[in-house]
Amino acid sequence: MGIEITTLKERCKGCNICAAFCPKKILAMDTLGKVYVTDEKACINCGQCELRCPDYAIYVEKKVEK
Amino acid sequence: MRSYEKYFRMNRLPHIWCPGCGNGIVMKSIAKAAEQLGLDQDNTVIVSGIGCSSRASGYMNFDTLHTAHGRAIPFATGIKLANPKLKVIVITGDGDCTAIGGNHFIHGARRNIDLTVILFNNNIYGMTGGQASPLTPTGKKATTAPFGSVDTAFDPCELAKAAGASYIARGTAFHAKPLVDLIAQGISNNGFSLVEAITQCPISYGRRNKMGDAAGMLKWMSENAVPLAAYEKLAEEQKGDKFPIGVLYQKTAPEYSAEYAKVIKLAQGGK
Ligand SMILES: Cc1ncc(C[n+]2csc(CCOP(=O)(O)OP(=O)(O)O)c2C)c(N)n1
Ligand code: SF4
Ligand code: SF4
Ligand code: SF4
Repeated sequence: MGIEITTLKERCKGCNICAAFCPKKILAMDTLGKVYVTDEKACINCGQCELRCPDYAIYVEKKVEK
Repeated sequence: MRSYEKYFRMNRLPHIWCPGCGNGIVMKSIAKAAEQLGLDQDNTVIVSGIGCSSRASGYMNFDTLHTAHGRAIPFATGIKLANPKLKVIVITGDGDCTAIGGNHFIHGARRNIDLTVILFNNNIYGMTGGQASPLTPTGKKATTAPFGSVDTAFDPCELAKAAGASYIARGTAFHAKPLVDLIAQGISNNGFSLVEAITQCPISYGRRNKMGDAAGMLKWMSENAVPLAAYEKLAEEQKGDKFPIGVLYQKTAPEYSAEYAKVIKLAQGGK
């Protein structure tokens, strides 16, 4: 269980595409215009954000328990 | 890090495209198609012309050639004829492909030479700030058409079909997943393949035409792109801005480099 969202701030250009298509509305832009996750627990791992990020700056994965 | 990223030159990222530019989405679809087909980086060549979209060749980890405006198809033709074993993929913009390169485009299709042309259609000359291209829809604004374009736009898929292409498909940046398959099928086709990828240029096109931000333009694609079978059932008055996506046309026809090889054999005294 558990979903992990990885954001690469050095790549993110703050275009807002991921946030606009996130069905759970848990992505937002910070004061520097970079993506951040407001509530990782609510993520359903639908992959919509990663699918259309033009800058390969967000990845979503099921956390593997070790 | 995703497995398809091996097809990117990671040290060149982030790319230079504007925030929200669809080119990054289409480029990812090409990398995923390459992964799906297991393309060999040493036997695949990416050739591009000039424009924002054509910058993609610089980010892709293959043998790549960034050529002159409109001339990607002639360079690609030369590469294919010099070594027909290579997979040759052309990346081009709507201006690059259908304005300055329009003649090369129709003759590449006419020859049915085994190239896969991925046309990044953002309906505008993006790199130079928003001049109208032959794919700017009538009525849409551009720096060269401040009151809206008077011209009728080409349908590049119909154009390629009439000229002789053997695989024609259209996808969009919104439909990023199916776009991967459309590109992979195009690369697999032994002949001239056109994949028109509708992509957003929020900066030089969307803004001027009040289409909203990048997400708004993607939403427009989701509302107006219709799978071919459903599109064909629409009544004329329902069509409006709607356009068909998917594999639009396929045929089998002699491939140019194979036909050319026969001539080489004959000229060398073979039968
Ligand atoms: C021979 C020549 N003419 C004109 C130009 C200027 N120029 C550079 S890019 C471009 C248009 C690019 O538009 P498009 O092909 O649609 O690609 P986009 O930038 O939209 O991806 C033009 C006219 C050039 N570089 N070379
Ligand atoms: S889609 Fe990508 S580049 Fe755009 S805001 Fe989200 S993470 Fe950043
Ligand atoms: S995977 Fe889906 S729910 Fe999770 S952040 Fe991305 S778009 Fe939102
Ligand atoms: S001008 Fe348009 S096509 Fe060029 S990088 Fe910016 S958004 Fe993309």
